[in-house]
Amino acid sequence: MAELATNTPPSSPEVTPENEKVISPWKEAWKTFRKNKIALFGLGIVVFFILLAIFADSIAPYEMNGQKLADKHLAPSSEHWFGTDDFGRDILTRVIYGARISLWVGFVSVSGSIIIGSLLGIVAGYYGRWIDGIISRIFDILLAFPSILLAIAVVAILGPSLQNALIAIAIINVPTFGRLIRSRVLSVKEEEYITAARAIGMSDMRILFHHVLPNSMAPIIVQGSLAIATAIIEAAALGFLGLGAQAPTPEWGKMLADSKDFLTDAPWTLFFPGLAIMLTVLGFNLIGDGLRDALDPRMKN
Amino acid sequence: MLTYTIRRLVTLIPVLFGMILIVFSLIHAIPGNPAKVILGQQATKEAVAALSKDLGLDKPIHIQFIDYIKQLLHGDLGESIRTKAPISEEIWPYLAATIELSIVAMIIAIVIGVNAGIISAWFQNSWFDYIAMLLALIGVSMPIFWLGLMEQYTFAIHWDLLPTTGRDNIRDPVEAITHLYLLDTLLQGRFDQFIEVIKHLILPGFALGTIPMAIIARITRSSMLEVMRSDYIRTARAKGLGSFWVVYKHSLKNALIPVITVIGLQTGLLLGGAILTETIFGWPGIGSYIYEAIQNRDYPVIQSGILVIASIFVLINLVVDLLYAAIDPRIKYR
Repeated sequence: MAELATNTPPSSPEVTPENEKVISPWKEAWKTFRKNKIALFGLGIVVFFILLAIFADSIAPYEMNGQKLADKHLAPSSEHWFGTDDFGRDILTRVIYGARISLWVGFVSVSGSIIIGSLLGIVAGYYGRWIDGIISRIFDILLAFPSILLAIAVVAILGPSLQNALIAIAIINVPTFGRLIRSRVLSVKEEEYITAARAIGMSDMRILFHHVLPNSMAPIIVQGSLAIATAIIEAAALGFLGLGAQAPTPEWGKMLADSKDFLTDAPWTLFFPGLAIMLTVLGFNLIGDGLRDALDPRMKN
Repeated sequence: MLTYTIRRLVTLIPVLFGMILIVFSLIHAIPGNPAKVILGQQATKEAVAALSKDLGLDKPIHIQFIDYIKQLLHGDLGESIRTKAPISEEIWPYLAATIELSIVAMIIAIVIGVNAGIISAWFQNSWFDYIAMLLALIGVSMPIFWLGLMEQYTFAIHWDLLPTTGRDNIRDPVEAITHLYLLDTLLQGRFDQFIEVIKHLILPGFALGTIPMAIIARITRSSMLEVMRSDYIRTARAKGLGSFWVVYKHSLKNALIPVITVIGLQTGLLLGGAILTETIFGWPGIGSYIYEAIQNRDYPVIQSGILVIASIFVLINLVVDLLYAAIDPRIKYR
């Protein structure tokens, strides 16, 4: 509270709009986030993997699918830092390219869930009555399945592929965001400024997109970063079960599935892809925790 | 409490109905002719037609749905395409294996998680607190299929301490009565087998229990911290009650309310995680059952397996909600 007081501009009468320094809540949140060393560590991990994904072509020491059967199952060495797999492919290279796939699945599927979830949540919360009843029941039903099981069911219908895994993961996360937005809309709807907006004749759409949605951004961002973590694990899990990415895509979960028979002879083929999954997920979880503390002070303990 | 229970049961009806609808649509959402997809491209026209008839796919869709609900109400889960056996008879050994594994995983998670959380809260900012919470953070982020593989490598291959796969010693298999092997071996007085079964449970149990353990530890810690700062705890201490008494008798009961919710939620999620753990450890549970069915396009088994797990999940959530209301009377009035 003390630092907040020092940051608030003095409200003396000579303050004019020109020299008034407004600190946006986002800047305030960033200041809190920056002080959280654990969250910054998480951000570091994620940025590291994003850089790997972007510059994979120049960083990766070997070709992504370059097979060299003579070099099959080489242990980690100065030439192959992470060793090679059963086709003699360099594991470090494949782990680097894998970052592209996992991050892409994480970001795209969660963006999809946020967009669909927000739309449904807004409609349910704002219009209420039977529309709310139907949408909320759909959320209840989707949440009645353990999420990975629902993803498996969706992929069982659509057929195994990375794209279908992505769609499945997007679907299972929709109710999380939908419920979140719905409850935000319900509480914001009662605020006086919404009544005022309606009194001056603002349209529903404008109220929703100019007032309700911006007021719901903070929890979406927090939940979003945590959802990316789950999405990455789930994509890897589907890949591991053979229901996600297909060979020769260097998806981390798929790499684990392909090498699981070599646990005794070549454990490094399993160690590094899994470690990459764990670190990426940890990064997003740490960011999510940090953002929650920064954006939603009520959740702080 | 009674009205709350009734109200909660009534809300279940649309959820169960929706669940059945989703599971029912699984087979109909397959693009093209489901019977053809199930049998593969080389199937003869006659075989496809016969399977369509067996699955009732030749009837109008609303009749099929009503038939499906009728069938479920009779406790009939359909027939496996691969083994031709009724699923309701076939499923129990698998389900029992999953239940046994899940209970063990949850016991591991609760015992370690709750205690680690309490100690962390009590010695807040100590090295124990830091290490426990760091481990919990890693645990939450753990892909359990990878953890399972690393466990196998470390404890089964490298140190050769524990078995890698299965539920019992294949050279001396457990004679199944209830299919809950811990119970079966005790009923038969086979303590050597009981130990063997426990050995088989340790690695998959820890793999499956890791995420709930981490989450339970974190929730217990933050919940304990909150309660320990409350006025009545200060009063209890001011009255001169000993530390141990304050922690275990006064704080724990209130701190456990959110913990119980999380435990219930996690028990449900465990059933989802079981499919991954079971495929790694060759655990003949319902996860393996569904996994094999997916490989064989045995849709009736996929449907029933998913329906059974989802029903248990819903049931557990119901019990948690009712328990929650029983512990915290304020809930009922919401």
